[in-house]
Amino acid sequence: MFARGLKRKCADGDEDMEGALASLQRQSLLDMSLVKLQLCHMLVEPNLCRSVLIANTVRQIQEEMTQDGTWRVMAPQTAGQAPRDRLVSTEILCRAAWEQDGELPAPGSADGDAPDLVSHLCGAPSAPAPRSTQGCVWDVDGPGEDRGSLQKSLDQIFETLESKTPSSVEGLFGDMDSPYYDLDAVLTGMVGSKSARRPLPSSLFRGQGGFLQAGRPPGPA
Amino acid sequence: MNYPDESTYGTKADIISTVEFNHTGELLATGDKGGRVVIFQREQESKNQVHRRGEYNVYSTFQSHEPEFDYLKSLEIEEKINKIRWLPQQNAAYFLLSTNDKTVKLWKVSERDKRPEGYNLKDEEGRLRDPATITTLRVPVLRPMDLMVEATPRRVFANAHTYHINSISVNSDYETYMSADDLRINLWNFEITNQSFNIVDIKPANMEELTEVITAAEFHPHHCNTFVYSSSKGTIRLCDMRASALCDRHTKFFEEPEDPSNRSFFSEIISSISDVKFSHSGRYIMTRDYLTVKVWDLNMENRPIETYQVHDYLRSKLCSLYENDCIFDKFECVWNGSDSVIMTGSYNNFFRMFDRNTKRDVTLEASRENSKPRAILKPRKVCVGGKRRKDEISVDSLDFSKKILHTAWHPSENIIAVAATNNLYIFQDKVN
Repeated sequence: MFARGLKRKCADGDEDMEGALASLQRQSLLDMSLVKLQLCHMLVEPNLCRSVLIANTVRQIQEEMTQDGTWRVMAPQTAGQAPRDRLVSTEILCRAAWEQDGELPAPGSADGDAPDLVSHLCGAPSAPAPRSTQGCVWDVDGPGEDRGSLQKSLDQIFETLESKTPSSVEGLFGDMDSPYYDLDAVLTGMVGSKSARRPLPSSLFRGQGGFLQAGRPPGPA
Repeated sequence: MNYPDESTYGTKADIISTVEFNHTGELLATGDKGGRVVIFQREQESKNQVHRRGEYNVYSTFQSHEPEFDYLKSLEIEEKINKIRWLPQQNAAYFLLSTNDKTVKLWKVSERDKRPEGYNLKDEEGRLRDPATITTLRVPVLRPMDLMVEATPRRVFANAHTYHINSISVNSDYETYMSADDLRINLWNFEITNQSFNIVDIKPANMEELTEVITAAEFHPHHCNTFVYSSSKGTIRLCDMRASALCDRHTKFFEEPEDPSNRSFFSEIISSISDVKFSHSGRYIMTRDYLTVKVWDLNMENRPIETYQVHDYLRSKLCSLYENDCIFDKFECVWNGSDSVIMTGSYNNFFRMFDRNTKRDVTLEASRENSKPRAILKPRKVCVGGKRRKDEISVDSLDFSKKILHTAWHPSENIIAVAATNNLYIFQDKVN
């Protein structure tokens, strides 16, 4: 059904129909996947395996759409306009998710972080060790901006996944004797308390003068 | 292979999430979504009732895990028992490990059939006696009482997993065990609860680069330095703990090359391994992905030696199964005691057995409607093509809400336990 078909040489009207149908099916799969990712997101604790598998599927669709050049051809008449709208709509879909979570999109994350994602798309079949990212030049000839929007959506999904399981939690493991967390301290924003481990939102630091400038307010995740 | 007959046990309303025989097969433990563990014990065979060859009865029930709330992340930690693993028996008591998403617990299950009587300072009801009224001393004696089975938590191994624990495995040294979550594997000593060693870590420095997670892990049955773990990309890595402290570099890497003719957008998802099990001999590993069960020889990394189709008729339905999330179901697989037969579950309360020697396979159904107790199970068949025979069921009629994810096989006999949602079925081989 969604098999990557071998392209036939003959240029037929039928083939265009088939191609358009496949594109539509592919687009609907993409939409379904993005909705699932967003739902993953809204769940209290996302199932990481499921999220990763869906995200990989999304990347795969995106890669094929880029290769086929259907990225632009997909929408009728207004070349470039409609695809961007679709991508914008999926980005809004994802943005709404983290606004609910109270997260802010990392500024300038779009193309700056893109190579991390793309290195997996255009690199060789991924080796088992994810730490060794293969250097791959971001292909600027492609419809970079459109890809960038989708990329940003995926990046931000993973950022929020990351922030759901912040690395600060690992700092807790080193010291088993202390209380796991002091809820009151966190809620009242008492920075001085030793047991307050969670980085406080930067808004708490504003207007506090020099007293609380000692700690650098945590930036966006 | 004889078809088994059936004794059925209905359990409580909660969905069974794990099933495991102990090393002798005398006990069978189940864990459920409500955090409870129920242990069944096999009856001693008696000369009077030859036809009741050791049925399983409830032996102990206890609440292993409770729901918790993580205030830091503002989310609830489910009490669902993901896995139970037994320790080999070393004295009169039984020990098992049970785990939910975050915490592993060691439980001791022991029997009490005597109680002390004749205390000096307390009367028979336990009330304190006035010391002034005590004029003689007596030695308390142990008197028989009704058998009581008690379960006590002996160790709690907490706060070591950021992600959800999917596997636990007891090492053959009986001193250590491992717990695996989506990105990390930790090694524990049974005696030490405030420390664990991280032996595998696949978390990327940048979470945006995450494309693969750990799905299952198991120790080698004989070599205490060797273990395997499977991934969501359909690969298995075998690691040797003697090589380095952090086993990020595998000793062996098992992966089957992709079949280009079957390629689709769902290829990766259906290749994700949901379970990995060493054979009892330690020579083979078996993996379960969405549509197949594969047997691998540890000495051959580039492809499995055997592949069995569990329900290939679902291959054309992958899009619908993706839509309703069934494609993410995690089926387990088990070996029989002699490693000659493998078993795994499917939908519609079907489960499948494959005989590795005769290459024959059978589909059976675990449901009360279709079998009476002591009746022989009838093989089932799914009709793929046009004409459906009388007893066959068509693919479109399959009930995808009735999935058999968890099964267990007695270590030495042909007795199997099959969990069908909230019911446990135990099937035994029919004698002669």
